[in-house]
Amino acid sequence: MDRIQQIYNDEKLLKKLQEDQNLTIEDVLENEMVINMGPQHPATHGVLRLVLRLDGETVVGIVPELGYLHRGYEKMAENMSHIEFIPHTDRLDYTGTMCNNVGYVLAVEKLAGIEAPKRAQYIRMIVSELSRIAAHMVAIGTFAMDVGAVTMVMWTFREREKVNSIFDRIAGARFTTSYTRIGGVASDIDDQAFAEIKQFLAELEPALVEMDKLLLSNRIFIQRLEGIGILPKEDAIALGVTGPNLRASGVEYDVRRAKPYLFYNEIDFKIPTFSQGDCLARYFQRGDEVRESIKILYQCLDKIPQGEVIANNPKKVLSHKTEIYSKMEELIHDFMIINFGINPPIGDTYLSVENPKGELGFYIVSNGSGQPWKLKIHSPSFCNLQAVSQLCKGAMVSDVVAIIGSLDPVMGEADK
Amino acid sequence: MNTKELIVEKIKEKFGESVEEVSDFRDDLCITIKKDQIVNLGKYLKEDPDLQFIMCKDVTAIDWATRKKRFTTVYHIYSFKLNYALRLKSNIDDNPPTIETVSFVWQSANWYERETWDMYGIKFINHPDLRRMYMPEGFEYHPLRKDFPVLGIPGSLPLPFKAE
Repeated sequence: MDRIQQIYNDEKLLKKLQEDQNLTIEDVLENEMVINMGPQHPATHGVLRLVLRLDGETVVGIVPELGYLHRGYEKMAENMSHIEFIPHTDRLDYTGTMCNNVGYVLAVEKLAGIEAPKRAQYIRMIVSELSRIAAHMVAIGTFAMDVGAVTMVMWTFREREKVNSIFDRIAGARFTTSYTRIGGVASDIDDQAFAEIKQFLAELEPALVEMDKLLLSNRIFIQRLEGIGILPKEDAIALGVTGPNLRASGVEYDVRRAKPYLFYNEIDFKIPTFSQGDCLARYFQRGDEVRESIKILYQCLDKIPQGEVIANNPKKVLSHKTEIYSKMEELIHDFMIINFGINPPIGDTYLSVENPKGELGFYIVSNGSGQPWKLKIHSPSFCNLQAVSQLCKGAMVSDVVAIIGSLDPVMGEADK
Repeated sequence: MNTKELIVEKIKEKFGESVEEVSDFRDDLCITIKKDQIVNLGKYLKEDPDLQFIMCKDVTAIDWATRKKRFTTVYHIYSFKLNYALRLKSNIDDNPPTIETVSFVWQSANWYERETWDMYGIKFINHPDLRRMYMPEGFEYHPLRKDFPVLGIPGSLPLPFKAE
């Protein structure tokens, strides 16, 4: 800085610089340029910062910088009981909140050895598939908007809005649901909610066809995505990419099938895969997954059994409020669980679930006390972002936006 | 022979004395290995044609605070062939804690190890790009260590200056 100021202050030197005829326009074009993209940028889906090294319009190198939304959830989890952490899981992937809730309670249940009743498991399946549809709607809409098809985001958010209304009915909150409990779910689904889900599914199928029509007849959309950001199968595995992005590269891996949790082994569904591994394949992948989710939801609505929605295990699972206020035993257990936690046995477990973004895993270490000794969140967005630097190398600046949109990171999850 | 027995037998055959502990809690198989063998074990598990643990899902660490071997690094790896997720552990006893990097075995471990360095201050030897992942450059502490207070350390992060 001092040197530049010195040059500007020195009139002789400045005049000489201005008269320098040797500096040609070619020199400027020959040199590489470093530009900064984000953290506040509409196309980086949150506070992701990228530092690009450009040669003309071609990206030579790219360095992602994370941590602008780091809230230290892993540290906070070590200082609260297992139950208290449930609302914080909403804030991880804030487009698919229910999936996070379900994943976390399943991890704690595995550690503590609790099993939720069958009806609760089916309700969890229903809400996580609804949540997956909502998250994919956001993903597709914002992705299309990033590459110039602005109408799409209105159409997909219209569908997502319906899911949010259903969540409002089921959980009492549209966005930050915190619906699951350790050992079950907070409340039962009533008949009107079932009717709303059925109506939503009936409306979604024609809407998906319309969306495909809108986008796939758009030549700009196709040309900006086809053959851009190709991620080969081997690289996808080596880079640890998960979820739809991995399947779009041709790896048939879905946690729901590979290690079934809840009752996904009773449900008949396909795992859509694409072999191209480019941005367009990742778009088709999400669309097909929404269609599979619709199939899963119809089956769940058919198969859901009657019964309790929370396990009857007063030493580990919170009882219903009416019982707490009327029975002494339940009051004592409630007091113990709230104040001292559920005290899982000493040990460590890892459980992962298939989230809209990929594989969300919780690694919990317990030392026998009411608070987790360590809780590690394996977040899919974080893993997927690791592929950015490889995908963008050699691409154009405008492709960077398309590639990030196709990977669909959510920074709340990547930064924890 | 089921998958678990196959994995344990193969590892014990190859790394007899280096295996410190084999545990099986809630159906999660976990193998604790001596610190200096972690890269060899990783290479073996990845390249053995019967096992093929080609994907590294996660690298993290545990701070035990009071134990003599204060830190334990934890690796979660996955084999598509066996459809099995395995956990490896390695205890670290030196101070400051160091361990060999596995990012040359599994490329994805690059960022996971950076995160572990940021959060626990475990130095991964020969790591290609060991920068902080989340915390700003120049931050002196490692937040997930047990001796770091939850409220943070006042003055450790530069805040925007507000002119009076």
